[in-house]
Amino acid sequence: MLSRTADHLFWMARYTERAENTARMLDVHVQSALLPQGAEAMQLGWRGLLGISELTAAYTERFGAIDADKVLDFMVCDTGNPSSIQSCLRAARENARAVRGAITTEVWETVNQTWLESQRLLSKGLCGRDPAQFFEWVKYRSHLSRGVTSGTMLQDEAYHFLRIGTFLERADNTARLLDVKFHALQSDFHGSAGSNGRLQEHDFYHWSGVLRSVSGFEVYRKVYRDVITPERVAGLLILRPDMPRSLTACMMAVNHHLQAVANPQSRETLRRAGMLNAQLQFGRLDDIMATGLHAYLTQFLERISDLGLGISQDFLAA
Amino acid sequence: MRFYDEMTPAEGGVRPHYAQYAQWLAQQPPDTIRAKREEAEVIFRRVGITFAVYGDEAGTERLIPFDLIPRIIPAAEWKQLEAGLKQRVTALNRFIHDVYHDQDILKAGIVPTEQVFGNAQFRPEMMGIDLPHHVYAQIAGIDIVRAENAQGEGEYFVLEDNLRVPSGVSYMLENRRMMMRLFPELFARHSIAPVAHYPDLLLEKLRAVAPSSASEPTVVVLTPGMYNSAYFEHAFLAQQMGVELVEGQDLFVKDDFVYMRTTQGPQRVDVIYRRIDDDFLDPKVFRADSAIGCAGLMRAYRAGNVNLANAIGTGVADDKSIYPYVPDMIAFYLGEKALLNNVPTRMCREPDSLAYVLEHLPELVVKEVHGAGGYGMLIGPAATRAEIAAFAEKIKAHPHHYIAQPTLALSTCPTYVESGIAPRHLDLRPFVLSGKTVSIVPGGLTRVALAEGSLVVNSSQGGGTKDTWVLEK
Repeated sequence: MLSRTADHLFWMARYTERAENTARMLDVHVQSALLPQGAEAMQLGWRGLLGISELTAAYTERFGAIDADKVLDFMVCDTGNPSSIQSCLRAARENARAVRGAITTEVWETVNQTWLESQRLLSKGLCGRDPAQFFEWVKYRSHLSRGVTSGTMLQDEAYHFLRIGTFLERADNTARLLDVKFHALQSDFHGSAGSNGRLQEHDFYHWSGVLRSVSGFEVYRKVYRDVITPERVAGLLILRPDMPRSLTACMMAVNHHLQAVANPQSRETLRRAGMLNAQLQFGRLDDIMATGLHAYLTQFLERISDLGLGISQDFLAA
Repeated sequence: MRFYDEMTPAEGGVRPHYAQYAQWLAQQPPDTIRAKREEAEVIFRRVGITFAVYGDEAGTERLIPFDLIPRIIPAAEWKQLEAGLKQRVTALNRFIHDVYHDQDILKAGIVPTEQVFGNAQFRPEMMGIDLPHHVYAQIAGIDIVRAENAQGEGEYFVLEDNLRVPSGVSYMLENRRMMMRLFPELFARHSIAPVAHYPDLLLEKLRAVAPSSASEPTVVVLTPGMYNSAYFEHAFLAQQMGVELVEGQDLFVKDDFVYMRTTQGPQRVDVIYRRIDDDFLDPKVFRADSAIGCAGLMRAYRAGNVNLANAIGTGVADDKSIYPYVPDMIAFYLGEKALLNNVPTRMCREPDSLAYVLEHLPELVVKEVHGAGGYGMLIGPAATRAEIAAFAEKIKAHPHHYIAQPTLALSTCPTYVESGIAPRHLDLRPFVLSGKTVSIVPGGLTRVALAEGSLVVNSSQGGGTKDTWVLEK
């Protein structure tokens, strides 16, 4: 397969996944904004959201103070923001268009239709009127896109590069989400299980929100059958191999698909992916917490960014 | 001026091959048709059958208007057309081979030498190169029009040969898919020759012209990129044939072989169906500023290590100044009489013709020899006096740049327009494929001029398309 084609496929999948994860995060934020909370907490929430995508500076430069509607608009429809949902859907579509021949007609039509439809929905003001419905729709289209991919595509290199894009992006997004959410509560993290009922309640909504944004709330209940604690949330989202959005699950998939496309110059990249994968599979939460979650996740993000670079050098630029 | 209508004869009624369709059409409530038209537009957008418009903001893509009323060709008429097209393209390929080899036709004085050597499309780099099966134009788009002859019959004429990178075949295929989707019942009632095997035929021809050293030839489609106006077609054909769609940056030449950069390292390329003009193919030989070609391609081509479809230098045969000689070529190479007529053409470089043309400008269509896409031409009957006077000066200044033809009463076909159904002028571009043998899928792309009275069918100037049905009986 052409290196350029692989590159477009890789990014097409990444942008689709990014649009979905942004929608997931925004959805939870919009919902938790309905709970009683102080203006300061609200500000903090939106700021955290921008922080996840490293967009705080870009936002502040253009809009100044944090304002819920503006942040929402910036993250959803702003074409000047390359990470907005609209920009991601467009980038996914442009990448797909560049390699129409390498994907099935069904995959192309799904991605193209998503982009066309998103323009229509946003121009009709759906996001302002009913953001939850719009986010639902973005998630649905992303599910559809993945489903059509696995339901119609030959499992050749094209398929593997799409998958690598999806899971690398997802690993990145989950790690960022966790990092920011733990960071936001760092001050009262260890006291949260204490006697202060108000704080405990707040924590519950905080962590259940995190879980919901990765479709993990019901999973959590099923796995632990117990109250929600931050450690278990971290355990679920980092180490559970059977949780589809956990770092371990993502890295197992990246590793698997990378092996399928291995070429003579990719040995080092494969070694690094394998090592990261093994460390996750045999890792223990206690050790991670002892290192410090923030330090651990920062390092993880560096390693997958490094992995992305390696993939790019070994396969996509050939 | 009287126009031949494909469906309705002047004396009223309906031509026999349209009878069944007309009956069906009369039964369709207007709302149904309107709904179908909207459905067609939505589908075209979703499938992405759009063309990029230069100059507009990136991402603006337009649809070529699609008309729901098909152009129908009876079986017997198609048989004649088909034979004429095969004959013509065979002779044209022989001519190009001859021009780049022994030049017998020039020696025989049938085509004037200066018409060949003075042509900017003549490529001296091609002299003496032997191509597989001696085929230069693997893909030819022959523009056919129909007009009423002296006997009041609709007669087909060849308007133009396109032997460089003819486009439009994807619309032929998608129009058919659309019609089958919108009106399956029509296909049950009529016996319509299928066209969907075109990509298969194309791949067969491309493989047939691979260098003999390639046992399992790798074919690719070379596109200028996704912002080219015909990108949809390039991607579509590559996908339908199951071959890679490459850009210049994906290719490189090493030791006179062409390779593409793949995730598994370099892979040899044997046949390139290129959708890029000659000038941009190899910056080392042609335009040095080309960023969409592949440096060294010409060397590999000359060495016979790669084949191009179409060949470099085919433009020498599809120029409007060569067009008048095609019937003579057919006689010279094949010893046959041309089955398809040319439009009677006067070459302004001949003094007698020049005088005649200048005297009759208001009745004539004058075309630039190297023009394309309906630009740079004068349509006498539609021009103002001032326009005619200005054009006359241009002709006098450079007579050899112009040819003139009578204004053809292009045939019409009923078409949906704002006010309902009205006759609009159309042409037909069949696609003739040459490899070891010559093949044509029945029909071609029918283009229709949507503006009332307009004779210009080009999509860049507001033309639309129709599905083309060749009846099997």
